[in-house]
Formats: sequence, C-alpha cells, structure tokens
Amino acid sequence: MSELPLLDVRNLQVEFKLKNGTVRAVDNVSFQVNRGEFLSIVGESGCGKSVTALSIMKLLPKRVAEIKADYVKFDGQDITNLSENEMRKIRGRRMSMIFQEPMTSLNPVLTIGDQLTEPLITHLEMSEEEANNRAIELLNMVGIPEPEKRLTQYPHQFSGGMRQRVMIAIGLACEPDLIIADEPTTALDVTIQAQILELLKDICNRLGVAIIMITHNLGVVAAYADKVNVMYAARIVEKGGASDIFGKPSHPYTIGLLRSVPRMDKKRGGRLATIEGLPPNLMAPPSGCRFKPRCPMAADTCDSSPELKERAKGKNHFTACFYSDDANKKGASIYVSDKDKFKPIKVKKDKPVLSVRGLKQHFGVSFRSGWLSSVSGTVKAVDDISFDVYPGETVGLVGESGCGKTSVGRAILHLNLPTGGELKFNEKELNQKSVALVRQDMQVIFQDPFSSLNPRMTIGQILEEPLKVHKIETDEVARAERVSELLTKVGLYPYMRDRYPHELSGGQRQRVGIARALCMEPKIIICDEPVSALDVSVQAQIINLLEDLQRELGIAYLFIAHDLAVVKHISHKVIVMYLGKVMEIGDSDTIYGEPKHPYTKALLDAAPIPDPKKERGREKIILKGELPSPLNPPKGCVFSSRCNFVTEDCRKVSPELVDFDNNHLAACINIEGGK
Amino acid sequence: MLAYTIRRILLVIPTLLAVAVLVFFVLRVVPGDIVEIKLAAEGGIISAEEIQKEKERLGLDDPIMVQFYKYMIGLPRGDLGISLWTENNVSEEIMSRIGLSFELAILSTILAVLIAFPLGTISALYRGSILDYVIRIITIGGIAVPSFWFGMLLIMLILATFGNLPPLGTISIFDDPKTNLYQMIWPALSVGYRYSSVVARMLRSSILEVLSEDYIRTARAKGVFERIVIVKHGMRNALLPTVTVIGLEFAFLLGGLVVTESVFNLNGIGKLFVDSVVRNDLNLLQGLVLTVATGFVLVNLIIDLLYAALDPRIRYQK
Ligand SMILES: Nc1ncnc2c1ncn2[C@@H]1O[C@H](COP(=O)(O)OP(=O)(O)O)[C@@H](O)[C@H]1O
Ligand code: SF4
Ligand code: SF4
Ligand SMILES: [Mg+2]
Repeated sequence: MSELPLLDVRNLQVEFKLKNGTVRAVDNVSFQVNRGEFLSIVGESGCGKSVTALSIMKLLPKRVAEIKADYVKFDGQDITNLSENEMRKIRGRRMSMIFQEPMTSLNPVLTIGDQLTEPLITHLEMSEEEANNRAIELLNMVGIPEPEKRLTQYPHQFSGGMRQRVMIAIGLACEPDLIIADEPTTALDVTIQAQILELLKDICNRLGVAIIMITHNLGVVAAYADKVNVMYAARIVEKGGASDIFGKPSHPYTIGLLRSVPRMDKKRGGRLATIEGLPPNLMAPPSGCRFKPRCPMAADTCDSSPELKERAKGKNHFTACFYSDDANKKGASIYVSDKDKFKPIKVKKDKPVLSVRGLKQHFGVSFRSGWLSSVSGTVKAVDDISFDVYPGETVGLVGESGCGKTSVGRAILHLNLPTGGELKFNEKELNQKSVALVRQDMQVIFQDPFSSLNPRMTIGQILEEPLKVHKIETDEVARAERVSELLTKVGLYPYMRDRYPHELSGGQRQRVGIARALCMEPKIIICDEPVSALDVSVQAQIINLLEDLQRELGIAYLFIAHDLAVVKHISHKVIVMYLGKVMEIGDSDTIYGEPKHPYTKALLDAAPIPDPKKERGREKIILKGELPSPLNPPKGCVFSSRCNFVTEDCRKVSPELVDFDNNHLAACINIEGGK
Repeated sequence: MLAYTIRRILLVIPTLLAVAVLVFFVLRVVPGDIVEIKLAAEGGIISAEEIQKEKERLGLDDPIMVQFYKYMIGLPRGDLGISLWTENNVSEEIMSRIGLSFELAILSTILAVLIAFPLGTISALYRGSILDYVIRIITIGGIAVPSFWFGMLLIMLILATFGNLPPLGTISIFDDPKTNLYQMIWPALSVGYRYSSVVARMLRSSILEVLSEDYIRTARAKGVFERIVIVKHGMRNALLPTVTVIGLEFAFLLGGLVVTESVFNLNGIGKLFVDSVVRNDLNLLQGLVLTVATGFVLVNLIIDLLYAALDPRIRYQK
C-alpha cells in the first residue's frame, strides 16, 4: 500500500522512574498500522504490551513515565509533542481504547447514558438530546436490548459481557480511526468472548476502523489478526503477517509460545513443550539477547543484541534473532520434546477413588423485591450429577462461569453440605462425619495462589503446617527434609523455603499451592481453575508438572477450568455442565472430536484455535445471549433458551442423559443414535 | 431512592428503642448510690432511715420493672424524669446545654469542611509537590496536637492581640448572632483544626485512590476535559468515605468536649456529663446518653442517605 499508514511508531521508548530504579518497559519499538487493519500485540504479562498502547494514547502517569520516540505519527501528524489539550481532542475522537476489566472500567456512580454521551458532547458538541439519540443507536449497534431503558441504568446492573459492549459503544461513539483494545475479553467466558470479538470485528470492518488488539490468547490472534507483533521483555522480537507468524515463526520465543498452548484441534498426548524459566526483571534485563537465558538455541553470539531484521526483502516479516533461519527451519523441534517418552497414562478402571451419584447442591436464597416484600427461591447450583473418578485419572469439568463447577468441588469436599445424592470415597460413604477421616486424601488447589497462601508465613512454614497439624511428620529435621523434597518435586528450590508468598511469581506460588496439596500424599486433588491466572508458558509448566505428578504418584484429579483446550489436554474424561446439570460426558478425544450436544458444540466453536488457516476456515455457531438466571431456569431443557436446535418438545421435558457409545452420554432429545 | 429512604427511616425507630432499653439496664448494673453521696455532701451523720426516706421520695425504691415502665412511658413525651441531684427536669437541663454543643459542632463542621476540601484536594492533585508537603505537615499537626491545647494557644493569641478575652458562650445566637459568633468562633477553631485535618487527610487519600481507578483512565481515554475527570468522575466517588468521617466527627462533637469546654469556660454538654457521672445521677446520665445516642443514630441516618444519593449501588440494593 502506498497510502500513508494510519499509525506509524518509530523507536518508541518508555521508562518508569521508580524509587528503586528505572524500568524500561518499552525499548525501541517500531511498527505501523494501516487504515482498517487488525494488528495484534502478543507476549507474556509484563513484557510491555499495555504500556505500548497507553503511551500511544498518552495515558501514562506523567509523574513517573517518560516517553521518547523518533516519532509517533497518527494520520501523518507527529503526536509526540502535542500539548495535553491537543492530545485530549484526539483521544476518544480519533483513537479510543477498550480496557481489560469490564467490571471496573465504568464509573459506578454515573449512568450508562451519561458515560456514553460524554464523548459525543465533548468532541462532537452534540446537544443532550442528539447525544441521547445517538447513544440509543450505539447501544443497538452493540446488541444491547431495550437501549432507552438501559441508558438510565448504572454499571452494576450490567453483566461483564454487557459492560464490555458498553465500552465498545463508548469507544466507537465518535467513529474513530483507530481503536486499541487491551485484553478486552480476558475476563470473560469463551462464549461471551466470541460474541464480543465478532461484534468488534464486524463493526470495525463496516466502519473501516483499525484495531490494535493486545492479547495473550493466540487463538484470538489466529482468528482475527492481519498482522502480529510478538513482544518479549520490552522489545519486539518478531513481527509480520499473521500467516507468517503462525506458519513460519522464526524467533525461538514465538516458536515456544505457539508450542506451549494446548491444542483443541489435535489428539491428546504427551507433554507440552515449555519455555523454561521466567521473563526477566526489566529493572535489570540481561545484556545481549534478552531471551538468551531461556533460549534452547542460545550461543555465544547471543551476548550481543540481535537487531530486528527483515527476513526477506519486501516480505514484511521481521525477526530479532541471530539464528532465525535455523529456528525457522527446525521449528518446534528446538524445544526438546519428551513427547514420546510420555505417552498419556492409561487408567485402570476397576475401583473408583471417588464416586458421585445424583449429587445435588441447592441453595435457598431470598432477596428483597419491593420495599417491604421479599422473594425467596432455590438456586440449583448442582442438580443431579453423577460420575466416577478412577485412580490416576483426570476428569475435566467445563462450562461457563456460574454453571456450578465450583459448587461441585465444594460439595465433594463438604465445604458446603450437599443437599442430595451419594458420595463415595474409596467405596466408603462420605458424609459430614466420615469426611474428616479422608480430608488428607482429598486436597484442593485454587485459582488464585496468592489469596490462598497466608502472606505472613514463609513458604517453609506453609508447607510444614499440615505436616505438624496432622502429625504426619513429628520430627523437626525430618519435616524440614520433607519440605525440601516437596519443593524440589514441584520444580522449586529448597532455599525458597524462607521466602514469603509475595516474593514469588504467580507460577511459583501455584507450585507452592501444589506442594501444599501434595504434602498430605492425597489420592485425589480437586483443582479449581489452577492455571487460569497464569501466562501460557507458565501454564504449560504447571500442566506438565501436574501430569508428571500423576504419572509418578497415581493421583486422580478433578480438573475444573473454563479453558477448553487446557481441559482437553489434561483430562481423560470430560464433563460439560450447564446450569447445574450435565449436558455431555465422555472421553476427552470423543467429546472434542465428535461432540453430540448442541451446548458442547457451541462451546467448542467459541474457543478459537491458534492456527489462522483452521480457525478462519471453520464454520462456527456463535452462541447467543448469556447464562440465564439460575433462580429462574428455562422450563424443560435448561439450555433451550439459547439452543440453536430447540424444538417445541424441548420446553416440555428435561432430557435424560442418553448413552451413545462407550460411555459417551449426552442430554438432548434431538440427537440421532442414542441407545 | 424513595423506597430506600423510607426503609432506612423506619429502621431508626427500633434502633432507638433498643438503645433506650439498653441504656436503662446497663446503667443500673453499675454500682453506686446517689442518695448516700448526696446526703454525705450535706454533712452530718446519716441514718439508714433517712436514706430510706429519701429513696422513697425519689422513687428509687420501686421495683426495677416499675421504674423501667415509668421511664419507657415518659420517653414518647420527651419526659426523661428529674435529675436526682438538682431535681430539675432532665429534658430541660439537657436542652439548655445541648444548643451550645450543637452550635459548636455545626460551626466547627463548617469550618472543617471549608478548610479541608481545598487542602485535601490540592494536596492530592499536587501530590509530591512542596505544597503537598506543607499541607501534610499542617494536617499532621492537627491530629497530633490536642484540641484543648490548641485552644489555650488561641486564647493566648487573642489575649496578646486584643488585650482582653471576649466573654464566652453566654449570649444565644438567636439574641445577638454577631456577638455569639464572635464568641463561638474560637472554640470552633480550636476543635475545627483537628477536625479539618482528619477530613483533609481522608479526602486526600480517597482522591488519590479514586484517581488511580480504572474508570478514571476510561474517562481520560474518552478525551474528557481533565477538570471534568476530576470533579465529575473523581470527586463524587472520593466523597463517599469522606462523608463518613465528617458524620462521625460531628456526632462525636455532639457528645460534648469536656476539656475544650472547660478551657473556653463553656456550659456545654460535656460538663453535664462529668457532673452526672461523678454524682451517680442515673436519671440525668441516662437522659444524656440517650440524647447523644439519638444524635449518633440520626447522623448515621443522614450519612446513609447521603451515601445512597451519591452511590447508586446502595440505592438499588436488594
Ligand atoms: N452460597 C451460595 N448461595 C447462593 N447461591 C450460590 C452460592 N454459591 C454458589 N451459588 C450459585 O450457584 C451457581 C453456580 O456457582 P459456581 O459453582 O460458583 O459456578 P462456577 O464455578 O461454574 O463459576 C451460581 O449461580 C452461583 O451464584
Ligand atoms: S539471538 Fe540467540 S538467544 Fe536470542 S533468540 Fe536468537 S538464538 Fe536465542
Ligand atoms: S433438548 Fe432441545 S433445547 Fe436442549 S439441547 Fe437438545 S435441542 Fe437444544
Ligand atoms: Mg468458579
């Protein structure tokens, strides 16, 4: 294109002057975005993606952030030296931004209408009435029903997905040329993510708006991006067209990232390739190539900094690596794959370690409806669920948030007393009394390793405590030894025993969480979203760790997660839940390969595959709407209000689970071939 | 909002009832006997008979439930009984003093708000500047220095400048507002310094906290004018915790200020409190506690209503 790029960034550099040093969060970054183009910026957290975006918008706190650049040209105009007021006129008018946290990005004390009309009144000088009419149009455009009424409401009356729609409406209000979206769907369910991204792409295509999408989800990149910037430790290490980045990755980091995401479109098997270690501390980055400490191809040459060079003239594919040709040729094989050594574990199915029959967890809730009356109802968080977990087996539990996954885990552990059904642990009945006897055998790992570790205890104390309390190891020396052993087992170092949780990274804290669960030598661990808060490379490390431990110790896992690819990778068996009920249950490969239930199909369609060719080629059904209120679930089949295959009969009966083949069950009356 | 307001106001009645019952019984658990103290003060040898007669006369002899009954049916009429010491009507005694404490509370609140809002806001917006440091030193002082001591400094200052002290707290604001205000402004200042420091510091920290919220970034990303970002998006949220502090300080002042009152020689509720405790004057004490508690409950009601007006999440609460 000979046309001038819309955004042209040359040698952008951002430094934060902090009390204890200077952090260069963005280091000589250059890139361009053309009109109507979709650029993705990917990389692990802390590598400078958001700072890049915020510095273009000039939204960084001036007290600490220092931005330098040869130039940042927006539509031909260099905006580096614009005054605050001139910049303000561009923000929200010609470029806008959508943020990650829909729950906190809107002002809680102002109405949606007020917040949506603000840019219209400020920039386009509309009257209140004009702005209101335009706001209604905008809400319509982003798919919010009853916009007139919605305008007078406050953010807390909107769901997360709805708030993100409002944010998009605000961003697009003045029809900008560029929209920067910083992890806009990370906090949302896959189904809602798909809705939001489709919406964003559609509108931007229609209006010719360029998008910069920051994300760590490579599937999202594969699905939408024209161009990709891969960032590592404040620098761009590779950039180019999406097909080149996914098809011919030439930087070891890119290759590693692509290889460490579990894939939904491949058969289960083997370990994930992982990039060992962590990204460097930007206060004291390694000299030379910053990826060197983690790079499997590192050589002496790498002590000097590789430049970002075009791989072939005119191809617009750039890499910053001395051995990019080599890396490109060898591809994934540069990461030692012990794939063959570790075939998936075969599970012997004679005696289940945990057996769940007809489990029910109903909550009585009451809330005020008028100003003196109150309404009470029942939330059937878990409603008649049955499954078995065998020793050494991983059972995955998936579904949108609020569907009852966590409640299943809590009911099994008796953290909430189940309101119905039968639980057996090693063939002995579990009830309020007997659960105390098997507490040690059933452990939990939580999503947020930080909030589940006592911040005032050292790692050593945290791990010793259960050993002491349960009198497993009474001797002090033996206990210390056991702690060292545990730390080593989960891939930490014994010297870390003296550290406090805040002195560890998220991945390391999750390892401590695992070590704590392990110290009781449990038979089963209930893992509630254990890797959701982690970056892909760390996520892969933790998944591998869990699998290794299973292989070694024969532990069973109940693995709760909303990331379908992760669940597929780790689980032998998968249960798909919706509004407290099982929709489908079966072998991992079967569920993902031949899904029967409309809900399972919709979930799989919603999760993007990190391969542009496959992702863009496949037909998708995007699930409409959101999870209905559990207080008032649809009659008959609970999925009927969102199902694309719904018929009259669906609203009459609640479908039973029907066996299709070899323990593959689905609850839907409109599938052929059930027995 | 209307529904919330009505619900919230209705809640005041049972709260006050509970307070009334609690006050009555808790005070009667405390040992001590006013009759003995009173007669002892008159000197001479006291016979058991005399004590008994006096008790009968004051109704202290009745079974506790009878006393309770009399107390409870008096309440709706505002009848708090008579002081066991002076035998004056308790309500009248309190009313004659509360006006002064109330005026002092209002005056110092006005002063505090007038001083604290600019100080707190400037201090937050220019964080780290010299101005911020100066303001923070001033407000630290306000918290560290006891009000009465600051009051004594003030008195010395007035003496040094005017050569004499204005007569304090004797003229009602309704008779001669000018003189009254001239008298009251000094104790109000002495209390208001501490008060404004507390509020200014609260305001500073809540503005700083609010300005780092995601929605402030959103507002800036929309290209809204910076002053609108601060006033419309920031201030309203920052006011929430500040309102609480103001309300609590105000209610605290209603309860009287023993030392400050005596420094400025004011006839406020603080002195009455001390007297009633020293003399074990149960009726007066329970009247006082009840009055102050009612003040607290009402101030809390106002805080809650202000909160609801500022924050829709509360208004729409189920
Ligand atoms: N203690 C409780 N009281 C009332 N409802 C609850 C309680 N715990 C969970 N729920 C409800 O049960 C449903 C399932 O919740 P949860 O198990 O947390 O879902 P998930 O783990 O899939 O996010 C939700 O509608 C939730 O609001
Ligand atoms: S320059 Fe060297 S260390 Fe850096 S990525 Fe290339 S091979 Fe690895
Ligand atoms: S039973 Fe009907 S509504 Fe339910 S999943 Fe099947 S087709 Fe859809
Ligand atoms: Mg959950």
